[in-house]
Amino acid sequence: MSEAKKVAVLVSGGLDSMLAVKVLQEQGVHVEGLNFYTGFCVEGHTHAIRKKDQKKDKRNNALWVAEQLGIKLHILDIVDEYKDVLINPKHGYGANMNPCLDCKIFMVKKALQWMEEHDFDFIATGEVVGQRPMSQRKDTMPIVSNESGAEDLLVRPLCAKNLPPTLPEREGWIDRETLYDFSGRTRKPQMALADQFGFEDYATPAGGCCFLTDKSYSVKLVDLWNARGERDYEMDDIMLLKVGRHIRPRPNFKMIISREEGENNFLQGYRNQFITMQVADFAGPLVMIDGVASAEDLALAARITTRFGKAKTEPEVTVEIRARDGSVQKIKVSPMSAADIEQSWYI
Amino acid sequence: MANYSIDTKGLLCPMPVIKAQNRVATLNPGDHLEVLSSDPGALSDIPAWCRINGHQVVEKGQQGREVRVLIEVG
Repeated sequence: MSEAKKVAVLVSGGLDSMLAVKVLQEQGVHVEGLNFYTGFCVEGHTHAIRKKDQKKDKRNNALWVAEQLGIKLHILDIVDEYKDVLINPKHGYGANMNPCLDCKIFMVKKALQWMEEHDFDFIATGEVVGQRPMSQRKDTMPIVSNESGAEDLLVRPLCAKNLPPTLPEREGWIDRETLYDFSGRTRKPQMALADQFGFEDYATPAGGCCFLTDKSYSVKLVDLWNARGERDYEMDDIMLLKVGRHIRPRPNFKMIISREEGENNFLQGYRNQFITMQVADFAGPLVMIDGVASAEDLALAARITTRFGKAKTEPEVTVEIRARDGSVQKIKVSPMSAADIEQSWYI
Repeated sequence: MANYSIDTKGLLCPMPVIKAQNRVATLNPGDHLEVLSSDPGALSDIPAWCRINGHQVVEKGQQGREVRVLIEVG
């Protein structure tokens, strides 16, 4: 008897990839999961940072899916390589800074590389024709197969019947007749199949976990690139774009103002990399200064800082400005009125 | 059997899991790996990763803002 063929499935933790794994398991092939970490798959991050979210269920959905279905899951760190995908997407961006088509091509390419290195036979995704406006369209799905190099080794079990037969189907490794013909944005067929498989719990259908599809996050990323004069980022930049209010009162610096205790604690970890400030003697946020700020800029930032704490109605308050080396300077300022904070400063 | 430790403090999940996964790949069955983290999510994510990949969690706990998970490589 021949050994079961081995398939690596891209597992995001959402319902579609969960179903794709289950459909292939039913075919008797050996399934293992691949999950890619770009730095922007950040639901867990905000839960970890914000105090109000810390009581929320912290399960990692990809790990949870793998455990439910009894498969191994390999989480691959692609943070560095992903930079080029985001900065130079051949197929452009979606509604925000989401390079969905290039992202999918890149992930399938990485999966193909993993497949070859680990002696697997083919790869699969939970993609559905017409499900997403950029990467899951009838005309773009072949682009993913072709440009990733996966060609007909890429199986989409949920919509395979809408696509040409792949090698695993033609060779009889899996039975095309038992695959599906889902299409469009409706989630009903997936939910019905989930019921059929007895899945009582799964992550929110079609719930994206990528911050690049978020308008507010994308605006902050573009602002960062514009302010620095180059399209580049480090891991800390990705993290800090998710934290606090961002206000840019002058082109040469911006303020990151924590909104609650969890963010305060998180920003504390960056105190040796940035100038920080906080109102003395009153409750208020920790504020980080990103950029090069003059003494005049810091005085302006101090006045804005007072606006976001308990001292905002005082005639004059002391603000402690901490340099990167730990030295602290105290200045007295009058709190800025809400009307004086220009709306255009908010990023 | 040997004991190892990695410090992933300052990293948010899933990075502690990835660091643990990559370190475990270099160890032998029976070896112990201590993973330190500042992300409370590691308390659930690392044990979940261990369960699906055949490793044992010997101890886990949190003191203040530091999380510690001790893994026995399977």
